Amino acid sequence: MFGDYSLGDLGSIFVMQGFAGLILFSVYVLMALGLAIIFGQMGVINMAHGEFMILGAYVTWMTSNFFQSYLPSLFSGYFFLAMILAFVASGALGMLVEWVLIRHLYKRPLDTLLATWGLSLMLQQAYRSVFGAREVGVELPQWMLGSLHVTDSIEVPINGVFVMCLTVLITVGVAYVMYKSRWGRQVRAVVQNRIMAGAVGINTEKVDRYTFGLGCGIAGVAGSAFTMIGSTGPTSGQLYIVDTFLVVVFGGAASLLGTIASAFSISQTQSTLEFFLSGSMAKVLTLLAVVGILMLRPQGLFALKVRK
Amino acid sequence: MSDEANKGLLSPLRRKLLMGMAAVPAITMLPRASFAQAPATSAVNTTGLAVTDTEVTVGILHSATGTMAISETGSIEAEKLAIEQINAMGGVLGRKIKFIQEDGASDWPTFAEKAKKLLVNDKVAAIMGCWTSASRKAVLPVMEQYNGMLYYPTFYEGLEQSKNVIYTGQEATQQILAGLNWIAKEKGAKSFFFIGSDYIWPRTSNKIARKHVENVLKGKVVGEEYYPLGNTQFNSVINKIKLTKPDVIFTDVVGGSNVAFYKQLKAAGIDLSKQALLTISVTEDEIDGIGGENIAGAYACMKYFQSLDNPNNKSFVPAFKKMWGEKTVIGDVTQAAYLGPWLWKLTVEKAGSFDIDKIAAASPGIEFKGAPEGYVRIHENHHLWSKTRVGRAKLDGQFELIYETADLVEPDPFPKGYQ
Repeated sequence: MFGDYSLGDLGSIFVMQGFAGLILFSVYVLMALGLAIIFGQMGVINMAHGEFMILGAYVTWMTSNFFQSYLPSLFSGYFFLAMILAFVASGALGMLVEWVLIRHLYKRPLDTLLATWGLSLMLQQAYRSVFGAREVGVELPQWMLGSLHVTDSIEVPINGVFVMCLTVLITVGVAYVMYKSRWGRQVRAVVQNRIMAGAVGINTEKVDRYTFGLGCGIAGVAGSAFTMIGSTGPTSGQLYIVDTFLVVVFGGAASLLGTIASAFSISQTQSTLEFFLSGSMAKVLTLLAVVGILMLRPQGLFALKVRK
Repeated sequence: MSDEANKGLLSPLRRKLLMGMAAVPAITMLPRASFAQAPATSAVNTTGLAVTDTEVTVGILHSATGTMAISETGSIEAEKLAIEQINAMGGVLGRKIKFIQEDGASDWPTFAEKAKKLLVNDKVAAIMGCWTSASRKAVLPVMEQYNGMLYYPTFYEGLEQSKNVIYTGQEATQQILAGLNWIAKEKGAKSFFFIGSDYIWPRTSNKIARKHVENVLKGKVVGEEYYPLGNTQFNSVINKIKLTKPDVIFTDVVGGSNVAFYKQLKAAGIDLSKQALLTISVTEDEIDGIGGENIAGAYACMKYFQSLDNPNNKSFVPAFKKMWGEKTVIGDVTQAAYLGPWLWKLTVEKAGSFDIDKIAAASPGIEFKGAPEGYVRIHENHHLWSKTRVGRAKLDGQFELIYETADLVEPDPFPKGYQ
């Protein structure tokens, strides 16, 4: 298939394809991080993860409208504020949901699946009633559009670079919080042994609420960032949920490193196959490979050794 | 039916329509002579439909909830507008149209169930509804079993024809061929890259497009790619497009994927003012979500654009905005949905009856001169004769009309040599 093309063409296409893979990797990590925290640390299967992301996207849309109407001079920087607001909004909703719904279901993990699925339907309809059934277009500042011109044939999409930087920042932040901070130690203590953690004076209920809130907040930031590359509508969250679960389950539920490794391997496989085969075929083969590996390693790529 | 008879029937109507849309309140105050002469219910309704001396009931069956609500909302709005306007003009055979709205909820079995409810329990005289081919395929056996009449608005893949359905959108050849001819001639295009969502409509459309490119235009298809519905990552295929450097990118990507595709195309530095792109899946409705700045310069092949400059459209657009808000946009399918109630009214009046069999028989030859797209006529195969148009997307989310076929294009749901 490459007979007709010059070496220069091919070289630059492989560079671009490498970038495409890296961008897909960042997107996967960003959407899976929030879920990995909730699923991995708390054992809650949050089917409404996509809807928390879309809440972030809608917050971004509203912020963008606000800046356009009232502060047009600061429009070029609105996106950073929007991401913070998205984190706060989704995080707050997450904590509310934990308090109203999830905390009653910790002993029944399968029921959380049903409950959060119902929640996702309710949120979708709520978005539809509030924002309308049609998709909304989020206007971005000029500097975030277009591409960086490296050579004549190599162009790097700016939104992709932005997502990559954001992913690195958030991953480092989460890793720090989970593994270096006092609060992270409490979270891990609760995961390993809830009763003992309570006995040594950790307020496990509070830890649960904040963990759930943090996971949802990160979903909100992801949704905010994805307004650059995807659609914002009441059901857009559904577009991400399957891939998100795939990454988290494949990586091994309780491991941050596993999530990253899994996102990397799935995105590289997917993007390479997409280039040589068609999009649908690539998806089928990727899923088959994941299913095959999970049959051999049901616990996922990386699994914490927890005393049963 | 002769053309003279048709004109006799329609020209007063058209005058009334043009005047009526601007001055609906004035018309409602006119004494309605027609009511006095309204034919007896027993004469116009021999099969027990929901028709009384003053009212006739129709059904509206679309998804107001679920994934498809994004697309179907516009159709619901257009149908309600048409019904309101028809009522303001005195209704159908002297009877006001009442509608029962059911929600298909983006779920195909629900569509079938609700269609059955509308036909069996409510005895509606016609149903305006369905949007996706999947929902139409689910409803079709119900329509045929209980002998109903469906006015279906969406452009679709063809390969279907039923006594019980009037297709007010374009079938695939009507939508695609003229557009390809135009771009081949205008841009000297020889190589095409196809990209679509992976389901029946894009696959059938691309099959027809490929045959046309290879056999008629003597061009070459350098790539044909499908992505699962809802896919949000297109960087790999964009790289392939960059590598193969096609003269034209031909797309039928739908739904949320559409937004992702155009945003990433722009981000990858593909400038649509230089790279020709022809889409058959983006209307004004979709641009709302995509954002004008991401798609400006692309060509869309449709039969209607909100910006069309003709007297019918000039009264239709303000009437639509007045009813549904200044910010709403009107896409191709929305306009096609608006045709449904009107075509049904004209057919009932020609048949002099609400009976389904008589309507099905009277449909071929029905002309609607008040159509916002200009003029349409129902073909023997229950599809519409209509023009094919190419528009270029502008920054403000509207299309600028670039080309239209000189004549109406004949609907051909089973195209020979394209299957």
